[in-house]
Amino acid sequence: MASAGGQRRDAAIVGIYEYPLRKVEGITPLEIKAESAKQALDDAGFKWSDVDAIYDAGDGGGAGGLGIAEYFGWQPNVIDTTAVGGSSYEFQASHALRDIAAGKARVALLTYGSTSRMNAVAIGTGGRTSAGPPSPVGNMEDSWGMTLIANYALVAQRHMYQYGTTSEQLAEISVATRHHAMRNPQAVRAMDDLGFVDTGELTVQDVVESRMVADPLHLLDSCMISDGGGAVVIASADAARGAKKKPVWLIGSGEATRYPTNDRDITRSAAEQSGPVAFGEAGVRPDEIDIAMIYDSFTITVLTILEDLGFCKKGEGGQFVQGGRLRYDTGSLPLNTDGGGLSSNHPGMRGIFLLIEAARQLRGESTSQVKDAKLALAHGNGGMLGSRHSGGTIILARD
Amino acid sequence: MATRPLPRFPEPDTEPFWQATKEHRLTYATCDECGKVVFFPRRHCPNCGSSRQTWHDSQGAGTIYSYSVIRQNRHPAFKDLGAYAIAYIDLDEGFRILSNIVGVADPTKDIKIGQRVRLRWEDQEGGEVSLPMFAPA
Ligand SMILES: [Zn+2]
Repeated sequence: MASAGGQRRDAAIVGIYEYPLRKVEGITPLEIKAESAKQALDDAGFKWSDVDAIYDAGDGGGAGGLGIAEYFGWQPNVIDTTAVGGSSYEFQASHALRDIAAGKARVALLTYGSTSRMNAVAIGTGGRTSAGPPSPVGNMEDSWGMTLIANYALVAQRHMYQYGTTSEQLAEISVATRHHAMRNPQAVRAMDDLGFVDTGELTVQDVVESRMVADPLHLLDSCMISDGGGAVVIASADAARGAKKKPVWLIGSGEATRYPTNDRDITRSAAEQSGPVAFGEAGVRPDEIDIAMIYDSFTITVLTILEDLGFCKKGEGGQFVQGGRLRYDTGSLPLNTDGGGLSSNHPGMRGIFLLIEAARQLRGESTSQVKDAKLALAHGNGGMLGSRHSGGTIILARD
Repeated sequence: MATRPLPRFPEPDTEPFWQATKEHRLTYATCDECGKVVFFPRRHCPNCGSSRQTWHDSQGAGTIYSYSVIRQNRHPAFKDLGAYAIAYIDLDEGFRILSNIVGVADPTKDIKIGQRVRLRWEDQEGGEVSLPMFAPA
């Protein structure tokens, strides 16, 4: 089904919920998922029993598709257990669009729950240990003391070498997202609850003078480690007409992976494949996008993806992010207006929050609202940028 | 100091590679069908799907593709190491390996992308495998 301009009108986000706390006690990831599901359905004005398709990334103790259907108490027609790390929710939204357009589902639900902080999982700057059965990749990579941030640092170092990108340019991304976080009460509380040393606005100097964790990435180039969760309800055009909130249409999607090879240019991410597919389906160009939600595990993740999606030429991301371009009030491409993973939440797989904040913007509900935002992009990056990762791009529009 | 995580077996794809490290041989395979380098080691060729391949010994000379100096790692084997460098190294025979850069006075200053490096073996306790690391050539 199409509307003016040829944009598809098959499926829309009609319900959203972000679990408000980043530091939880006495609640499990599964309970966070179920509570978020209820709240997102309430937001849509839908009943618990309306859900006929569930999408689950195996968070919440690995209950899986069967376990999650039973726990929630549903007998869905569609179960999709796509789990590709932090971008799982962009992949799942793409699949929900496909399944709804095919007539297999009317009301799709995506949920997320995590107690990463409580479990002290080393998501951000700590070490990693090998687990599970022996694997070829594990055998080739586990002995060298790679940390998660170092994986991203390999990309940053190469980006600087190939294109002359600077730490000061990367820092602009942390500065912009912190500016947005200061306006989001949930993010402000998160920084307090998680014991951030400095909870105010940041300058470029603050970022480049923060502790070096893995050259060339500093502490303030890195996301936080929090608890959290949320839910997104995606409905068919028919079901969306019965929703309380205005529909936020999914008009294009793309998905891709990248992994180490003997000649891969690691400054290029999966976004260079998923982006053109999504833009092509949506029938829009990068310069028409009003607002971008891009997975900010680290500053380099955003810089790389901005280039790969075509917001600027490859290698020119450093100049592109300067001069306040990413700020909601002064910029031409406001980024992560909730504060992002850098300054609002990062429970491990924050792709769902990219969809939630994009929907808020297109509804006019963001704490850093961009006037007249009509077209939004959400791009999740899962896995690790410097080695194997997934990229999922979703383009959203309001009527 | 705790030992590093070491390769674990049975894992047939990478076992020939690690067996050869006991003799201080850095090995890689090429595909008999399409001629491409197969690395990381695996039974099939990721370029054409063939399982016919030939193993070779590398000369151990290469170039740093990218690197990072790790200042903080809570893993017991690395936490007392001080700053240490991890890198992708492009070997002259056309394969890229993840490893450590050793043999530099100050890893935060003495390592550059494009720098030529040379294989240096680091035997592990018990002699099960030897780890191929790289030092400035
Ligand atoms: Zn082949």
